[in-house]
Amino acid sequence: MRRAATVAGLAMLVSVPLWLKSPYFLHVLIITGIFTTAAMSLNLLLGYTGQLSLGHVAFFGIGAYTSALMSLGFDLELTDTWKLVVEPKSTGVAFAAAVMVSALFGWLIGRLSFKVRGAYFVIVSVSFAEVVRLVALNWVDLTEGPMALNNIPPLSVWLPEIGNYRVLGKVPNYYLMLAVGAVSYVVIARLVHSRAGRAMTALRENEALATSVGVDVTRYLVLATIVSAATAGAAGAVYAHYVRIVDPDIFLFIYTVTMVIMVVTGGKGTLAGPIVGGVIFGIVPEILRDLAGPEVQWIIYGILMILIVYFLPQGIVPAVRNGLQRRREATDAGMEGITSTAAARDGGT
Amino acid sequence: MRVVNFTHGELYAFGAYMMYLWVMRLHANFFVALLLAVALGVALGALIEFVLLRRLRTADIDTTMLVMIGAWIAMQNAEQLIWSGVALSINTPFPARPLQIGAVSIGWERLFVFVVAVGLIALTYYVINRTRLGKAMRATFQDRDTAMLMGIDVKRINTATFALGSGLAAAAGALLGPVFVVQPGMGDLASLKAFAIVILGGLGNIFGATIGGFVLAFIEELGAGYISSGFRDGMGFLVIILILIFRPTGLFAQKERIG
Amino acid sequence: MSTPAPASGVELAVNALSIRFGGLVAVEHMTFEVRHAEVLSLIGPNGAGKTSAFNAITGYLRASSGTITYRGQRLDGLRPNEIAALGVVRTFQKTSVFGGQSVLDNVLIGLHLRSRQTPAAIMLGLPYVKREERELRDAAHELLRFVGLDARAREQGAALPYGEQRLLEVAVALAASPKLLLLDEPVSGMNPVEKADFMKTLARIRKRNITVLLVEHDMRTVMGVSDRVVVLNQGRIIAHGPPDEIQRDPDVIRAYLGERYARAHG
Repeated sequence: MRRAATVAGLAMLVSVPLWLKSPYFLHVLIITGIFTTAAMSLNLLLGYTGQLSLGHVAFFGIGAYTSALMSLGFDLELTDTWKLVVEPKSTGVAFAAAVMVSALFGWLIGRLSFKVRGAYFVIVSVSFAEVVRLVALNWVDLTEGPMALNNIPPLSVWLPEIGNYRVLGKVPNYYLMLAVGAVSYVVIARLVHSRAGRAMTALRENEALATSVGVDVTRYLVLATIVSAATAGAAGAVYAHYVRIVDPDIFLFIYTVTMVIMVVTGGKGTLAGPIVGGVIFGIVPEILRDLAGPEVQWIIYGILMILIVYFLPQGIVPAVRNGLQRRREATDAGMEGITSTAAARDGGT
Repeated sequence: MRVVNFTHGELYAFGAYMMYLWVMRLHANFFVALLLAVALGVALGALIEFVLLRRLRTADIDTTMLVMIGAWIAMQNAEQLIWSGVALSINTPFPARPLQIGAVSIGWERLFVFVVAVGLIALTYYVINRTRLGKAMRATFQDRDTAMLMGIDVKRINTATFALGSGLAAAAGALLGPVFVVQPGMGDLASLKAFAIVILGGLGNIFGATIGGFVLAFIEELGAGYISSGFRDGMGFLVIILILIFRPTGLFAQKERIG
Repeated sequence: MSTPAPASGVELAVNALSIRFGGLVAVEHMTFEVRHAEVLSLIGPNGAGKTSAFNAITGYLRASSGTITYRGQRLDGLRPNEIAALGVVRTFQKTSVFGGQSVLDNVLIGLHLRSRQTPAAIMLGLPYVKREERELRDAAHELLRFVGLDARAREQGAALPYGEQRLLEVAVALAASPKLLLLDEPVSGMNPVEKADFMKTLARIRKRNITVLLVEHDMRTVMGVSDRVVVLNQGRIIAHGPPDEIQRDPDVIRAYLGERYARAHG
């Protein structure tokens, strides 16, 4: 039953460019998809491991900048005499570099998070993102600062029969976004449904008990942050090669907040949660765009978030699941009632 | 209170906007406006605590944090909506020419801000360490259940604590609004720095926070001088991160039993 | 990874263990050993230092001095998960389960060490991962049957009644393949029926050749299951030996069972 639904959903997603002709809405979907992928990666930290990481946009931005810089090439004057020159690399290499550099930072933060927990970690993660933003803004030699990196080449993908294909334009980028998103989903889903995922959940729920049965806290915290950061970095790289301009605003806290809202309202700790949240907070703004100004929209989101936390504290997906579960149980009970009264009627005097 | 208070920055901005409202639009006396701004800040803080946080007594820290984030987004955008994003300035009654002490010249407003800030810190210290209310606050912070057993109305203490904190934030905004400019995003940076200072000084420690404040300012200026002035704000964060790596409970906090 | 059964018969050797919290002495110069396949009980009044000793042995607390050796390997200084990997697994005094997870998932988490899955293999979706998951599920059900909780497999850990949660704790601990099992007040809060059932479960655990170190207050359980008993009072060992000797020891009677009992049975 679930298989069929997944296949149907995927088929529908794949078919979208065939019937959605508006390039604007396609653009919205692409951006939504990219952010949803980032939200999925945040979910691994926030939802499964229980790490209050509010600097997630840092990994996204680091991925974007790395891929952009590697494909554009850059030079750095490290001292008066020594200059580091990096020639533009192929976008495939740039993309791989983006994932690896993000993963590296993920590793750093993962190791840090072991020592620093709870509210302190929130502050550290926010600070980290801010520092990265300020570096991007001020290290003009490397990042062009507020002037932004532009003319980023589109990603080149090697396809059989066609050879090197440049992913340029809305429709190809849509499929690229789907591909990256799907791979990310599969990797995260596999992790979650395995020994590693159980270890992460165990750490969140009862760390002392988890260590008493052999779960290595550091190892799994670091694993979660590495995978999470790498995925966010990949999403960032896709973004960079799609919009082809990257500036320090990519590190703004508001984007982390967007991802957090997606995860929390959708349902943290569930696989479908970030997707539901991503769809809502990616697409709804566009629908509301004509009806209300951006400030009003954000006020609505803020209030919406508060309401959801109050009334559906687990998020939308678990609430729906519980609702369906309860209805199934009620029907079963109802069925029982009917059959038992029928039996009593027939079997009784 | 163990609440990651994202609305703190907004109360800072609120204080500044109140100053703007009373001084520039309603032409009230500067000092009266200051008092009003603080009073309104206290009221707003109490309101937030009452409406939003009361229900969440039993929830975990993530839930409270998320509610605070929601409130922060709503508040900041409300500000943007009401006042528009234009930077506003507030006139002060101080002479424009700075005060000359020997070779140093200090602006009158900044001097005023410094004096009032010191006064507020002293007042806060007094309230927390020398009054019954403060004692109740400290007791609640250390052990909520025992505090309740001792007859302390924890709910009212929480409201009072939050209101006090909010009042101070509003005061800070009201004081600094005329010095810098007033705009919707002003609370964010202030809030971040406030967090950093609290970490530096150790949670729950007024003395530590004060020292932390000075340390942060000092580090910022050094950093701005040696690295680049654009990185001034980042300096403090870097140091915070480094300190937390080596001393996860801050510089002055008592040994906290972890796990 | 784990050392073989000792020829000398000594599993755990605690030597001159002292635990101090600032000025407070929790455990003073404690020396005892646990022998292979025996059930040793640690008893004593509240505050005698029993749980502190447990915490030190299993890595949750740092001892101030002394050594702890398991099958020749030093335990002091190791982290709890490393100690568990050596075959020393503990339960907790306060009920400790993964409340938000199903009963089956609780045990699956306990089976962590039994699994060979690496993160890379998991992410690549290698076939042995799926196979191992099936094996782990079967093993989890077997463990649940062992403690009598298989019918509850799908229920949420936090939803179980108290007595069953304690059984779940044991199942989770057993899942970690302990060779030495440390049980911290396993029957506290249980009614007499549950206690009797637990004693039977303990007997079955013994049959699997698992050595057990028990901390308990319930005298009937202790005297009923133990091969040897070690008595603590105020951080020091005041007596040790088989249960019947302990029951007659005057120091024990005075310190633990009370003056009145001593006078009544003296």
